[in-house]
Amino acid sequence: MFLMFESFKNDFYRNFVKNDRYIYLVKGLGVTLKVTFFALIVGLVIGILIATIRSTHDTTHTTKYRGPMHHFLQILLSIGNFLCNIYLTVIRGTPSTVQLMIIYFVIFGSVSIDKSIVAICAFGINSGAYVAEIIRGGIMSIDKGQFEAGRSLGFGYISTMRYIIIPQAFKNVLPALGNEMIVLLKETSIAGYIALEDLTMGANIIRGQTYSAFMPLFAAAFIYLAIVMLLSTGVKKLENNSRANER
Amino acid sequence: MSEVIIDVKDLVVQFPTLRALDGVSVQISRGEVVAVIGPSGSGKSTFLRCINQLETPTSGHIFFEGKDVTDPKNDINKIRQRMGMVFQQFNLFPHMTILQNLTLAPMKLQHKSKEQAEAKAMELLKRVGLDDRAQNYPTQLSGGQKQRIAIVRALCMEPDVMLFDEPTSALDPEMVGEVLEVMRDLAKENMTMVVVTHEMGFAKEVASRVIFMENGHIIEENEPKQFFESPENQRLKDFLNKVL
Repeated sequence: MFLMFESFKNDFYRNFVKNDRYIYLVKGLGVTLKVTFFALIVGLVIGILIATIRSTHDTTHTTKYRGPMHHFLQILLSIGNFLCNIYLTVIRGTPSTVQLMIIYFVIFGSVSIDKSIVAICAFGINSGAYVAEIIRGGIMSIDKGQFEAGRSLGFGYISTMRYIIIPQAFKNVLPALGNEMIVLLKETSIAGYIALEDLTMGANIIRGQTYSAFMPLFAAAFIYLAIVMLLSTGVKKLENNSRANER
Repeated sequence: MSEVIIDVKDLVVQFPTLRALDGVSVQISRGEVVAVIGPSGSGKSTFLRCINQLETPTSGHIFFEGKDVTDPKNDINKIRQRMGMVFQQFNLFPHMTILQNLTLAPMKLQHKSKEQAEAKAMELLKRVGLDDRAQNYPTQLSGGQKQRIAIVRALCMEPDVMLFDEPTSALDPEMVGEVLEVMRDLAKENMTMVVVTHEMGFAKEVASRVIFMENGHIIEENEPKQFFESPENQRLKDFLNKVL
């Protein structure tokens, strides 16, 4: 028993304390959080934009001809919708690892650029596709009567969306968005493919130096788990707050 | 006869497999209460929804206070502010309190101050006996209360016309009375009303004119006494025999 504890202590010392190896984990965690956070924002922006285009197209493309300006917007919307569909199909139909590598080695292949920016772009663009469908689902889930009630009072399409549809849709998609955030955090662990030193890569570097796999990898796993649990609690709190007023 | 406020001319609505309205023409004057009855699928709801363009007619024109509602050059959002609409399913906004439901449109569209809008809302709430519910959310109310709030929400915009699309059809029987009473009061104040309804008692007692529709046509229209006591058309006779 004592011997086991002794060897655990030695392992811990060798993997984290000696030569300040814990720094790899701390720095890696910083990179992971930074990439996750900004990719989340990029994903949300792309997602909201695409969800707006797609749901506007879906709800209005059957309306009657209402003058040349309206007609022009309808054509623009159809083109936008078409492009969005291509984006969604490609991004959701290919592995994110391949996307990350294409963006780093092909698109940014000939320019020198901060790897974490590449990772933010890649994960943001990837996440955007999923966020878009989550938000669109949320908008479509709102009863048609809500939209009609808004319009019948004299609100235009955009105001009806803004004051009536979006606030309700947002509540409905909050759990799914929270889930997407967690998926994104874990997804960033493939950043090592472009040699970005994130948390997973940090752990792997320690493993390479000490030749012991258990400690560094479990440490990384534990840190991911802790953050995910923290995020889940946060999302749950937010959800409860936003629903409290309906009871 | 007083001024014509709604003038419907030769209205046609063609759905892919159904001609919902097949040349409907009708004039409604200020202060009239028009009840529209008919079997389900007769086009009466479609007719009502065309008046404020929730349904787009295939052809024909609707003039509201002299403006052609179907003309894209006229701002439909401005026109809709003059026409209140009450739905079968209430369609209150569940994420807002009752007071917020009532003040949203007056504040955003008529640029009333919060105090003005709330004062008006509270005054109307008092009249329907629901002023103690101002801070509640729609889910906390009964069906009858929701529908009375929905009527108040439309009234807060001070419309010239109120459109009712089967306002009591989704209610439990014991709640129908309280909603009809609010509508009866509204009629007494000379509000112009178009009411699609299955409540024959209401049509008989409150309406100034009753319209019977079937298969997208207006089959018969008359003042209520004549309409119910000596219907001319055979199909109306059959319909009344079934529902009365």
